[in-house]
Formats: sequence, structure tokens, C-alpha cells
Amino acid sequence: MRPRHHIRDELLAAYATGDLAEGWSLPVATHLALCPECRARLARFEAAAGDMLETIEPAEASVESSWQEIRQRLAEAGSPTSRPKPKTETTRGDYVLPAPLRNYVGADADELKWKALGRGAYQVLVPTGDEETSVRLLRIPAGKPVPEHGHGGRELTLVLSGSFSDVTGRYGRGDLEDADEDLEHQPIAGDEEDCICLAVTDAPLRFKSRLLRFVQPMLGI
Amino acid sequence: MTEDPEDMSRLIAAVARAQDVSAFERLFRHFGPRVKAYMMRHTGNHQTAEELMQETMMLVWNKATLFDPDKGNASTWIFTIARNTFISAYRKQNRPEFDPNDPAFVPDDIAPADVEFQNRQEADLVHAALKDLPEEQRELVQRSFFGDVSHSDLAEEFGLPLGTVKSRIRMAIAKLRKSLGER
Repeated sequence: MRPRHHIRDELLAAYATGDLAEGWSLPVATHLALCPECRARLARFEAAAGDMLETIEPAEASVESSWQEIRQRLAEAGSPTSRPKPKTETTRGDYVLPAPLRNYVGADADELKWKALGRGAYQVLVPTGDEETSVRLLRIPAGKPVPEHGHGGRELTLVLSGSFSDVTGRYGRGDLEDADEDLEHQPIAGDEEDCICLAVTDAPLRFKSRLLRFVQPMLGI
Repeated sequence: MTEDPEDMSRLIAAVARAQDVSAFERLFRHFGPRVKAYMMRHTGNHQTAEELMQETMMLVWNKATLFDPDKGNASTWIFTIARNTFISAYRKQNRPEFDPNDPAFVPDDIAPADVEFQNRQEADLVHAALKDLPEEQRELVQRSFFGDVSHSDLAEEFGLPLGTVKSRIRMAIAKLRKSLGER
């Protein structure tokens, strides 16, 4: 089934123009792998960006000396090097984690070293090159709630298997939830199977329970 | 200097086919200063912008054989190369991207050639829609689209109240979306 919760315009535009940090870009790119509709929207944003490159006020001042330098580099570099990759037949498979996410963690979901978070939940931290986000895979047991929390900032959650529901709706494979500091929610995993999702935050979650707030730094969430 | 997008695509093809330096020079004289302006907005530093621009244009030379005019026009292709160069060389980050050859990739319902045709048509629509915007709105959208300045800086520069800047950008985007037939 195709995703029903998509990437917001603002987020997709930032991904298209290169203004989105790596951590946020990961669920966006992974949703795109599962969603032809958003790929078409991305193509439109990129066309708009290309168009704006045409109408930008050009920095002409040093074009002459730039060209001389480039011509020198061309002479040294020789012929263009890239060749189109031969088209390979792809077999469709049933990986839980699509690329690019699978490349980030190095294996599919069942081969990862999951760390216990308590109450049957597990996580795998996902390293990225930016410092403003923290990125993790979460596995929530079927039918169980994720502790109710608000957000210090934004939280993007991409479902990869199973589902969860909260006040804003039901989220299944490929669905992206985009939560900001105004949302307090208590996501509950669907009964059918454990819910595996990719969660990206830019600030520690604010749990309602004092106990959870206390242990939060130790859990690293 | 205005250049016809079709011509620009042909110039890239000439670079790919015959390593045509004079074709590349025309590409460079058109796109180099634009890419540099884009890099200026992101880095605020002339020398860094110059280096990133030269890096981008060298990639245009080296990757010319990968350009497929059916998939989009020259400016979109060069924009994506500039963007990726900015992310990897300046921000030192990876850009996660979907991989159509991944086994878990969900392909389009329609044939790739039709998708490409649609994309080309939509590029024309985007172009027309942007051209249709009033001058000031277009400028505001362009400036905020490339993420170089905050809305409050724009407000100061245009001598407009912040609320006005925000609502004009919103109006412009709503207008764009309407002419693109988006949700």
C-alpha cells in the first residue's frame, strides 16, 4: 500500500534546495523511496530551483579570471570521466529498511543490534554527519504505547513496519509524521506486529512523567 | 545575456560527445556567475563561493555524459550539482538520496518515459508560474527559497513589516501552487 501521510511542502522544498540537515533528510529520502507521488513533487521543486538559478542576479565580476583558471584545470583534467552506469535489472525485495536508510545502519532490521529501552521497546542509534539532530530506529511492541510526550522541537517519524496511531491519525509503512512543539501525543503501536520506525528529533523529548524525565538522559532519548 | 534552455542542453551534449571546450565556455559564462551567486548566498564569502563554483563547474564537465535532457533542463541539472557540492564540500555532510535500483524501492505506476515527459511539462509550468508572479513576490520567494536570509532580514531589506513579508511569501506560494494544480 502507498503511503498516505506525505512530506510537507516546506520540508520537501528545503530538501530540494539543500537547506535540510542530514538527519532530517534521512526520513525524507527514505519516504521518497516508497512514494512515487512525493518524487513527482520533488521533481517540481527541483525544476523551480533550477528556474530560480536562471533568474538569480549573477556574480559576474570575476568571470574572466575564473574562466582562465577553469581552462587551466580542464587542460590538466583531460576528458570527462563519468560514464552512465549500465542499467541493471533490479529484483524487488522485501527489505524492511529501504535505501538510503539501510546503508546508514549497515543491515536490515532483523540483523541489527537492538538496545533495550525498557517496557519491551528497543532502539538503534543512527549516526549522521550533522550535530543538530539525533536519529534512531525504534521498535515498539505490538499494541503497546510509546510514553506520552511533547516536543522540545520538531520530531519526524517514518514508519517502516507495523503501524502506530495517535490523535493525528494512523501511520503505516512509508507514512511520515511531522510533529512540532505544539503536539502532545501518545502514539500506540498497532496490534498486528511490532512497529519499527525511524525517529528524528532536534531536541530531547519532553516526557510528562517526572520519572521518565529523570531517566531520560540515561536512555539517551 | 539570455540563453535558450534548449541551447544549454545542446551545449552539455556537445561537452559529453566531443569534450567541446568552446561549448563548455558558453555554459561556464552563463552558469558560472549564477552558481557563484547561489554559493555567495549560502556562504557569504567570495573566495569560498568561487571555489565551490569552480568545483561545481568541473563536475559539470566531468559528468556531462550523465546529463539526460529527457529528465529535465540544463539549469535544473546544474542546480542539483551545485546543491550537492555545497552539501558535501562546504557542510561536510552526506545527502541521503533514494536509489531506484534498491530492491525495496517502490517504482512509479507509469512508465519512466512518461514520468520524464511529465517532469518536462511540469518544469515548463513551474517556469510560467514563476514568471507570472509580480516582481516583488518573485524576488521574495526566490530569496527565501534559497534559504539565504530570514524573513525578518527580508522585511528590513524591503522596508516592509515582517507580517507583510510573511503573508506575501504565503500568497506567492499559494498562487504558484494553484497554477501548478497542487493540493
